[in-house]
Amino acid sequence: MTGWLQQLGENGLNAFERTGRGHIFLFHVLRGIPEILLRPQLIIQQIYSVGVLSLIIILVSGLFVGMVLGLQGYTTLVDFGAEQSLGVMVALSLVRELGPVVAALLFAGRAGSALTAEIGLMKSTEQLSGMEMMAVDPIRRIITPRYIAGIISLPLLTAMFSAVGVIGGYLVGSGLLGVDEGAFWSQMQAKVDLQEDILNGVIKSIVFGAVVTWIAVFEGYDTTPTSEGVSMATTRTVVHSALAILGLDFILTALMFTDV
Amino acid sequence: MPLESNSNLIEIRGLKFSRGKREIFSGVDINIQRGKITAIMGPSGSGKTTLLRLIGGQLRPSSGTVIVDDANVHQLGHQQLYQLRKRMGMLFQSGALLTDLNVFDNVAFPLREHTRLPELLLRTLVLMKLESVGLRGARHLMPNELSGGMSRRVALARAIALDPMMVMYDEPFTGQDPISKGVLVKLIQTMNSALNHTSIIVSHDVDETASIADYIYVLSEGKIVEHGTPDALGKSQSQWVQQFMQGLPDGPVPFHFPAKQYIDDLMSGTEA
Repeated sequence: MTGWLQQLGENGLNAFERTGRGHIFLFHVLRGIPEILLRPQLIIQQIYSVGVLSLIIILVSGLFVGMVLGLQGYTTLVDFGAEQSLGVMVALSLVRELGPVVAALLFAGRAGSALTAEIGLMKSTEQLSGMEMMAVDPIRRIITPRYIAGIISLPLLTAMFSAVGVIGGYLVGSGLLGVDEGAFWSQMQAKVDLQEDILNGVIKSIVFGAVVTWIAVFEGYDTTPTSEGVSMATTRTVVHSALAILGLDFILTALMFTDV
Repeated sequence: MPLESNSNLIEIRGLKFSRGKREIFSGVDINIQRGKITAIMGPSGSGKTTLLRLIGGQLRPSSGTVIVDDANVHQLGHQQLYQLRKRMGMLFQSGALLTDLNVFDNVAFPLREHTRLPELLLRTLVLMKLESVGLRGARHLMPNELSGGMSRRVALARAIALDPMMVMYDEPFTGQDPISKGVLVKLIQTMNSALNHTSIIVSHDVDETASIADYIYVLSEGKIVEHGTPDALGKSQSQWVQQFMQGLPDGPVPFHFPAKQYIDDLMSGTEA
């Protein structure tokens, strides 16, 4: 019994310590932003590897999610004779919820895990130590550009995910199931509010981008420099990011879309 | 201490360092003389690499001081420490080359980070550094296309890119074939005299290190057990030093790990 309690206490303390380290790390990352903004080529390189290379999975997934929404929405709405509202349903589902959340989950799996593995391997092959000894701060030179790139990339990827999703919904709704094209687009235009819906979705994706990239770069930087350590850090990135995205989504939705 | 303090680039006094409950150094005093090649030798796990990290300020001792060029490394602020590191070169055991950059860009890395040199001048400097390690022709290769010896030579070119006052070599000969070892021995010696910097070699390769070192410190179990010139150490009365320098399989460091009596062990049934 005592051993179990001791273990629980140790795990709790470790978790607190790690959380603290993560916040101090974030502080150092943020402190490097002004310096890195003067070297935009470093950020652009990372936007390519974090953002552009994630495009395919985002676009393909967005298209299928939109198509499924079109199918499911139509079968439900047609029972009430409201199939003309399919465009609104697809667009609102995507820009408010599915776009930011699914794009962030995919981003965590594709780019977050890659960031953790890359930084973890740089640590285990002494590249980060080597930089320190060359008087180059690895947090500013390596981590900060990746962090900024993550925050910039995810909202853009989310926008593309939602846009392609709407097209997917349109292809199924209008092209396959015969929903009126004019009604599909005009109702969407009338009912989707720029500030209420789209802007809130963008805010969500910025928050998710900041949190997922923070988790990914911290896990990489804090990894035990062994193969097993990097493997565990990569897994933690995906798991923690997914939990953070879903938890934060609930909180943000409650704040944005309810009067609570 | 046998050396004049005013000629010392590095002075380590009463250095203590622990990792968890394990004490790595329990009061180490070392002088590194300017312009000389000083070797820190000792068996694996004796804390040689840790000592370099303490000198470079990457680790903090539990007590004691490390003075580098009259600056107490562990009392410097972040900026001052980074200024000092610009004058320190370090060659890591793995080379620590940046894997997403080719040989040229790896050597150019510290120059691009710390100077605003025009690209043409930077190119000339990088080619000069690469020429000095014999790898000017390999400048387009990526790190994964280099052999272990070549990686270390590129890392050496990078370590001297900013013309540092000292270079620290972490196990430069480990895992190298005889030709690569010979090349590295010659390079370290030539660089030291041509560039007039101070070299610190951490190694357990006795022959190569003793052939170029001016002074050797032997570390074991957290303490300096012997120090002197290579010749003096060769004549040391210490059995431990003799075993280490001559690579004898048995002696004060026993061949057998401590265990219960052999016959008792064999008769103790299926116990693992």
